[in-house]
Amino acid sequence: MSLILPYNREEEGAHPPFLSPDYKATIKRSPQQPLIRIPQTLTEVTGPAGRWDRLMGPAIADLTKIGTGEAIGQRIVVSGRVLDEDGRPVPNTIVEVWQANAAGRYIHKKDQWNAPLDPNFTGSGRIITDDQGRYRFYTISPGAYPWGNHYNAWRPAHIHFSLLGPAFATRLVTQMYFPGDPLIPLDPIANAVPAHALGRMISRFDIETTQEAFALSYIFDIVLRGRDATPMED
Amino acid sequence: MTGQTPWQTVGPYFHYALPWKGGADLVEGRGDAGARMDLVPDGHYTLNPNDHPRGVAKGQIVTITGTVFDGDGTPIPDSFVELWQANAAGRYDSPDDDRAELALDPDFIGFGRASTDADGVFIIRTVKPGRVPGPGNSLQAPHIAISVMARGVIKRMVSRIYFADEASNTEDPILDLVPPARRATLLAVPVGEGQYRFDIRLQGEGETVFFDV
Ligand SMILES: [Fe+2]
Repeated sequence: MSLILPYNREEEGAHPPFLSPDYKATIKRSPQQPLIRIPQTLTEVTGPAGRWDRLMGPAIADLTKIGTGEAIGQRIVVSGRVLDEDGRPVPNTIVEVWQANAAGRYIHKKDQWNAPLDPNFTGSGRIITDDQGRYRFYTISPGAYPWGNHYNAWRPAHIHFSLLGPAFATRLVTQMYFPGDPLIPLDPIANAVPAHALGRMISRFDIETTQEAFALSYIFDIVLRGRDATPMED
Repeated sequence: MTGQTPWQTVGPYFHYALPWKGGADLVEGRGDAGARMDLVPDGHYTLNPNDHPRGVAKGQIVTITGTVFDGDGTPIPDSFVELWQANAAGRYDSPDDDRAELALDPDFIGFGRASTDADGVFIIRTVKPGRVPGPGNSLQAPHIAISVMARGVIKRMVSRIYFADEASNTEDPILDLVPPARRATLLAVPVGEGQYRFDIRLQGEGETVFFDV
């Protein structure tokens, strides 16, 4: 028998409710029954580690050089740390990212709005955090795009982030936004998050790490669930 | 203490970024299983090229097929099911499962992703997991932990797949927390030799049980 060190639960008031009706697609895709609370068992406190090559494939940390030429758009470098709620780094975890191109168009075949594709930009990559929980990748600044949720609905520029963290319990998918974007206050997906926590998804521009004559720098730290203080016998 | 970064939906365009080829075949990572190559233009697929040889995982091979439905009973084509399970011996391939007395299987990781197709159908090929400990002195029945994500699903929906023909379900400490009338939503039903059916209903009549973990 070993001791199970459970992770914290979802932080109250920091995440969007399943039913966020201003984001219309949630209306028929959200549960009506209350969630059933279960204790974290070995299943929830374990997760895959260090086998990323055999799963998603090798790391891609420069999204601007996937084609034969360079991607078109404003070159940026996005970096930050993956931390737990106690500020401890989350090392050797996979960070998967995907985004629209500079014109706001996804390479995905279902994205058919009238903006140009860039043959030299796919918009997906993945990075493994180092032993200090740091990650960094190069890309181009994504454009805003219309999405038909309501009249004149435009998604603010964003990069999708997917993180596994150390355990099933620490899974997170989020979106990183850019500072000062006037579309953020109008966006039902970002604003499904309680107002006091919305800022946690907005990166900050940083001149110190901006690279001379090369790339603007945005910093985005990501906080996964931390460990609960009370161990449980399994 | 710092606050948790909030959840956001995966949106409709995750297919060229998350579900890798072979990701829904946990036995040997065959073919395109789990990916939607019909949605990714040629030359823009950056996930696992799946061109390296792999052994076959040990255990009883099972195939689980299901449809993800919305509250109107309409299949959801832009969703995926993420999987995490123990190997056939009941050991997790994770540094946090330190039970060295149970063998790891070099050919089994236990993590996968299965996209739904244009008809909302997903297919998982895996080995039946062994039993793993639960709270106290309990043993859990064989199960696969799942996260369902989709456009319109603003944060993951957590559930489990159990096997309806498994006798140990009656002593499972997690199933025991589910009202009896709703337990069937967590049971994959045998439909043939090694074949199971497991539908996921996000809302309404027969709504799948989702967990707060
Ligand atoms: Fe997006």
